Amino acid sequence: MAKSSDIGMVQSAALSISELNDLLARVAGSQSRVAFRELFSHFAPRIKGFMIKSGANEELAEEIVQETMVTVWTKAGQFNPAKAGASTWIFTIARNKRIDIMRRINRPAPDPEDPMFQPDPPISGEDFTQANEDQVRVRAALKHLPPEQAEIIRLSFFDSMTHSEIAAQLALPLGTVKSRLRLSFRKIRSALGDER
Amino acid sequence: MMIRHHPNEATLLTYASGGLSTALSTIVATHLGLCPSCRARTENAEKIGGALLSDVEQVAMSASALDLVLARIDNAIPVQPEKTVRHCGHHGLPAPLGDLLPENIDSLRWWPVGPGIRQARLGEGEEAVRLLRISPGRAVPHHSHGGHEMTMIVSGSYTDEIGRFMPGDVADLDPEVSHQPVSDAATDCICVIATDAPLNFTGWVPRLMQSLVRI
Repeated sequence: MAKSSDIGMVQSAALSISELNDLLARVAGSQSRVAFRELFSHFAPRIKGFMIKSGANEELAEEIVQETMVTVWTKAGQFNPAKAGASTWIFTIARNKRIDIMRRINRPAPDPEDPMFQPDPPISGEDFTQANEDQVRVRAALKHLPPEQAEIIRLSFFDSMTHSEIAAQLALPLGTVKSRLRLSFRKIRSALGDER
Repeated sequence: MMIRHHPNEATLLTYASGGLSTALSTIVATHLGLCPSCRARTENAEKIGGALLSDVEQVAMSASALDLVLARIDNAIPVQPEKTVRHCGHHGLPAPLGDLLPENIDSLRWWPVGPGIRQARLGEGEEAVRLLRISPGRAVPHHSHGGHEMTMIVSGSYTDEIGRFMPGDVADLDPEVSHQPVSDAATDCICVIATDAPLNFTGWVPRLMQSLVRI
């Protein structure tokens, strides 16, 4: 099977974060199939690559991609570019689809319609460029993680491992796993200005 | 509901990555419904996933994949924001725990596990969580946690070496931390406990009984 890395490189260069956000806005606003095709050609090989790196076989990876892209179409109206970039939003959909399919159970999530739900404080002084810059910052911070922290991020995000599974895999005490995860997350957060 | 005790950052990161067990996710998701600041932090963790997805090595889709998806979206109806009136969860907690808990907590099958302490099971399989009900003034014997274990207070309150835990608070203790919660309100302290392993009641009860014997 041919790998599309080369084509992919061209595509990544061609589609900036704000272009991807615009494509999603067109899908949400006018159900543009042209925009959806472009989103598909950008994201489908990435979601598939992500799932294969996570241990999925061809068939499962393609199933997750299809489920994810159908949801991108139906829920595009819920995408909020002020919160995160398109790839983060699509990551969360793919993550949920993988969990739904693998565990045959919906991933527990908060329900913003719940009367008890505490809404976000109003966003002040932030605009869409903030979310774009965030993605660049996270990417840079990830590249600078020490190897043992990068490894633990990989096990968590690609392999969806629980703390206990990571501890078993790396033959580390659970407490060490938690503190490594905490340390690596702090570096990412500090790159995002979340220093509390 | 004033939240004083939050999930650990490592737990929020793992909720975002998709690595948290269903039972632990239930507690985190309920907390996130109550806590905008932990929600914002979780959204920051999801940006790691976004960056990894952007930069991952791509794998070509099969030739028919796009057509299959296009055929499916032809019949798909865009999801409109729900207009239905959402009912209130139970015991002042939002979904998912507010929906899982029965309105009348006494309707659960409670059985004693020690003096003034009863437990019940809620849900099935991977979703299953344990409820602990501690009579006023009673203490759960000193114990630490073998795996990743989280507790959310539903009603009443307890105090341990870390502080006072009230409804909505989450105890997300590191495994080496040993604590002795004392139920310190006028009513029973009821809390939900989740782990990252399938619930093993036969494993847990003897562990607690063992601790009781030690006292």
